[in-house]
Amino acid sequence: MSLSIEEVHRIALLARIEVSDAEALAAQRQLNEIFSLIGEMQAVDTEGIQPMAHAQSALLRLRDDVVTEVDQHALFQSIAPQVEGGLYLVPKVIE
Amino acid sequence: MINSSLKELAIALALKKVSSVELTQLFLDRIAKLNGELNAFITVDAERSLAQARSADARISAGNAGPLTGIPVAHKDIFCAQGWLTTCGSKMLSNFVAPYDAHVIGRFNDAGSVILGKTNMDEFAMGSSNETSFYGPVKNPWNTGRVPGGSSGGSAAAVAARMAPVATATDTGGSIRQPAALTGLTGLKPTYGVVSRYGMIAFASSLDQGGILARSAEDAALMLNVMSGFDARDSTSIDRVTEDYGRELEVPGGVAPNLPLTGVRVGVVKEHFGAGLAPDVARAVQSALDELRRLGATLVDVSTPNARLGVAAYYVIAPAEASSNLSRFDGVRYGHRAKSYSNLAEMYSKSRAEGFGAEVKRRILIGTYVLSHGYYDAYYVKAQKIRRLIANDFAAAFKDCDIVVGPTSPTVAFELGAKASDPVQMYLNDVYTIPANLAGLPGMSIPCGLGEHGLPVGLHMVGNYFAEAKMLAIAHHYQCATDWHLRSPEGMSA
Repeated sequence: MSLSIEEVHRIALLARIEVSDAEALAAQRQLNEIFSLIGEMQAVDTEGIQPMAHAQSALLRLRDDVVTEVDQHALFQSIAPQVEGGLYLVPKVIE
Repeated sequence: MINSSLKELAIALALKKVSSVELTQLFLDRIAKLNGELNAFITVDAERSLAQARSADARISAGNAGPLTGIPVAHKDIFCAQGWLTTCGSKMLSNFVAPYDAHVIGRFNDAGSVILGKTNMDEFAMGSSNETSFYGPVKNPWNTGRVPGGSSGGSAAAVAARMAPVATATDTGGSIRQPAALTGLTGLKPTYGVVSRYGMIAFASSLDQGGILARSAEDAALMLNVMSGFDARDSTSIDRVTEDYGRELEVPGGVAPNLPLTGVRVGVVKEHFGAGLAPDVARAVQSALDELRRLGATLVDVSTPNARLGVAAYYVIAPAEASSNLSRFDGVRYGHRAKSYSNLAEMYSKSRAEGFGAEVKRRILIGTYVLSHGYYDAYYVKAQKIRRLIANDFAAAFKDCDIVVGPTSPTVAFELGAKASDPVQMYLNDVYTIPANLAGLPGMSIPCGLGEHGLPVGLHMVGNYFAEAKMLAIAHHYQCATDWHLRSPEGMSA
């Protein structure tokens, strides 16, 4: 397989990373080299093999439904780019 | 003092031959002298470190010291430490002062250790040479024209150059073991789930595991005793009975002292001695195998035929998880935000374009693609099936042996810049280490000789799940009989 330049732009859009045309061209070449390495997988027959998502098969734990966190919003927001009245500020989304 | 083991340092502290303040100052002076050239530390905060050292001295005087109380420890800049700049080697987090402690940091604070500083690393732990850091490359203390390995290159260089007695690190595909090999250190990546990932900035969550870069297996065991343990805040932390990882270091009764490895079956992975392995590395690893046999171990041939597909499967799984994990960096709650943008979508895409370096972007793009509609089964599910085959290979091998050994890295440390523009060549550095991450098994690298240009070579060991104590004991007995782990880069031991 080979990624087209349009596909590189589409992936970059999905990933929310702005890329210039020059960056997209460079990325296209390198991604195609990487995908040719990844392509080695296709030579192996994996019919009937159970996919392994995780090293440990343990079930997720449950805990009691009680509050475990204390309110630290002032501390956490002290490192935010833009805050007002305890809220994170972003550009207007709805006119 | 800078070459002392952790046990020796603890005794010196207990006997008041040195105070923690003096010890901390000694290493801070080493950092001041050497960091300009090696670039191993991103952040040093002498006042903060010395304040911790003063508390440790009080605790020692009060008779409440533990094994690591008062010992300075360098921490990879992937671990959040409250009040410390925690960058993960990225411009994205170049302004991020962590508001909380990682579980690992909390454990060291509880133990009374001193945070000596935050070490340089490949950006978001993505790299095998420490050249992707926003803070510039780390130099290998053995030869400053060469890389220290990555992603934990700063931790490795710091310990190798005696700027720290020991350091924490993390390993997603080899990021502890490969730098350990390239800088002549003992590196340990525990079984997945033994060390909590809470506060350890996530790269690929099903593979990431915290661990250690040390100068001996004995030191590594003391470190793991502090770092390990159940943590409810990490959903994959394993709740197990506390163990002393150093318990098997002494030769068991009944075994001849010169044959401490009697009864140990060492599996030699035949596939790891084929094409791609440099002859100097092969020679050093072969002599290590001979030494293990002399110490009483039985060598058996094992095969992990699917391990060769590890790199391919890894470069689907790790980027897929990374693309999801790194979506949190959007310039809203913390981290870098672009200066100018015209709407919310542009704020995201510009902040991320400016905040991430080339390798991180590449991996996010790969991950986004393999998870996208129409490709999920062909890539992601396929990779997970190969992951299962690799884990099955190990399970079969462990029927015939106690540990699996081979080379850690195909070559000794390579020159700075040699592979920086060729991602695929860089990725192949981790061909021997990746399978252990995919299977979730514990792995180590220990120094086993010198190769070309007098550069260190590492012996790679993979144990069965939770076999850390066994692996550390094998490494320790090897280190009692050899002195490769005591070698230091020229001019760095005094």
